[in-house]
Amino acid sequence: MAENTTSDRNSPPPPIEVRDLTMAYDERVIIRDMNFVVPAGEIFIVMGGSGCGKSTLLRHLIGLMAPAQGWVFRDGVDFWALSGAEQDRMKRRSGILFQGGALWSAMTLAENIALPLREFTRYREKEIREICELKLSLVGLAGFGDYYPAAISGGMRKRASLARAMALDPEVLFFDEPSAGLDPVSARRLDELILALRESLGATVVVITHDLASIFAIGGMAIFLDSGSKSIAARGRPQELLDQGSNPALLDFLTRGERHTRLPAARADGSSKV
Amino acid sequence: MAVSPDGGPVLALAGEWQLGRPRPAVSQLAWPEEAQRLRLDCQALRQWDSSILLYLRPLWEECQRRGIAIDLDGLPPGLRRLLVLATAVAAPLERDDLTEDGFVGRVGESSRQVLVAVLRVCSFVGELCVAVLKLLVGRARMRLCDLITESAKAGYQALFIVSLIGYLIGLILAFIGAIPLKWFGAQIYTASLIGIGMLRLMAAVMVGVVMAGRTAASFAAELGTMQTNEEIDALRCMGVPPMEFLVLPRFLAMTLMMPLLCVYGDILSLAGGLTVGVFYLGFGTVEFWEQLVLTTRLEDLYVGVFTSWIFGMLLGICGCYQGMNCGRDSAAVGRATTAAVVSSIVCMVIATALITVLTVLWKI
Ligand SMILES: Nc1ncnc2c1ncn2[C@@H]1O[C@H](COP(=O)(O)OP(=O)(O)O)[C@@H](O)[C@H]1O
Ligand SMILES: [Mg+2]
Repeated sequence: MAENTTSDRNSPPPPIEVRDLTMAYDERVIIRDMNFVVPAGEIFIVMGGSGCGKSTLLRHLIGLMAPAQGWVFRDGVDFWALSGAEQDRMKRRSGILFQGGALWSAMTLAENIALPLREFTRYREKEIREICELKLSLVGLAGFGDYYPAAISGGMRKRASLARAMALDPEVLFFDEPSAGLDPVSARRLDELILALRESLGATVVVITHDLASIFAIGGMAIFLDSGSKSIAARGRPQELLDQGSNPALLDFLTRGERHTRLPAARADGSSKV
Repeated sequence: MAVSPDGGPVLALAGEWQLGRPRPAVSQLAWPEEAQRLRLDCQALRQWDSSILLYLRPLWEECQRRGIAIDLDGLPPGLRRLLVLATAVAAPLERDDLTEDGFVGRVGESSRQVLVAVLRVCSFVGELCVAVLKLLVGRARMRLCDLITESAKAGYQALFIVSLIGYLIGLILAFIGAIPLKWFGAQIYTASLIGIGMLRLMAAVMVGVVMAGRTAASFAAELGTMQTNEEIDALRCMGVPPMEFLVLPRFLAMTLMMPLLCVYGDILSLAGGLTVGVFYLGFGTVEFWEQLVLTTRLEDLYVGVFTSWIFGMLLGICGCYQGMNCGRDSAAVGRATTAAVVSSIVCMVIATALITVLTVLWKI
């Protein structure tokens, strides 16, 4: 199974390919039989309501959770067939922005960024300091290296976390609900930052989100996870999905359930106005 | 309450409906036969709050049960909207009912959980052993600075409380011990009591209990919070094993510092005993000291230090295990902290019993 899996053997394998993946916590299945490919250098969106298994999917893609069934291929290689050391090496090629930032709270921002560099590269201390300063300024936090995560705002924490995710110049960047818990302006800035970084770094980006503004602003290929049917209910570009409008669950999601909020009221008092 | 002007029943709601005041019960209503539609009349309704909803919701359910349509047009619009919200049926949450009902099922389920917990602890200890071995061959991802900070936290920052408690326990033991010894005119043996009792056991237990509440709890809380904030996931997915990076320095710090703290506690508690010997029992310092040295063997000290070394390992394991296996919400951190202290103390008592029996059997 540790073979190139794309049909065309000349093109490089996709950074992520998921085949027949079923995710479950113990006996409880979250989503079954997922199949998708994340093409290199593109933005890929995973959308779905709260609790439908987006973060769980992320944990599978970055190798924190083993599939109940099926495979996760990274660069055409079956991730879970690799040895521990190879898995670790593979993991280091992706950068992750966790839902809550997940900065190490006992360390300053600079130390947060420096930790992977110290552990996994042979750069000299001066070089590491320069890299930290550079990454921080890329996310608009130049000069904040000596602050502790608790001392800065939520939006800054997310950005600092992004700087840490980029510390090892990863080939794939994962974002788990980047705009959650941010005010609209900070959220939009973060979206723009993601787009700008992708363009300039050429990295593959996987964005997990339930934020409609982000979904339409970022664009890109998307899959929609539906907890009702426990499957990928739709795939395509968000705008096209909205226009075609085939799947009711997806339409509810993309239109904020406009059709449905009025329904129980209408049923109750026999008229459609409330 | 039900009257009928034009065939169908009408329910009149009147007056003030407020929480804390008495409220009629739906079950007291007399339902007319063959009612199809219930109208509500709120002409005389003056003030209302959640109290009226507490009445209307069961009424709604009762109507549903009897197959009577309920006409809400008579309600004030705000109240109508609230009632619609309150009676909307939430989508059922999918629950996995793995537990079988009945005695056998419950026993089976809880034994399975116990088994899982035991296996978890075993694999945790196993992984920790691997991490220690890796450290010995110099390949563990542990930072020296972490070991130093953790040692400081588990070591000299605990000195004050260990001094206080050590001195006072020495003092108390000497006071209490002197009472029966006085009956036999053998007060001088207070020195032996302090020497043997403190060095061999009491100081180790005392330091252990203090450190369980102080440091094992803080390990569990720290690691548990890191688990909740996904900080441990962040380490893991960079290929930094949390066992080596987080657990190992804490475990080592405890293992190294506990024996030292125990020796320090020994000294302070001897000082406490000496205070009583000199100022209360009226012995000379030298006299008391000579008696102590004469009857206390070096082995007593060794046993105490060995015990506290074992305690250090146990506390490190209990604190870190609970932290690493913490759930992902803040209540779980609280539970982990409590569990860390309780399991530490239980483990220490069991270990003390074992060590005491073994040393007595082997005549150490
Ligand atoms: N550690 C866990 N154990 C069991 N169930 C979990 C665990 N973590 C999440 N779940 C369940 O899995 C489902 C998906 O969760 P998650 O992936 O976090 O959703 P989201 O799409 O909001 O990120 C939820 O219903 C949640 O209750
Ligand atoms: Mg999530």
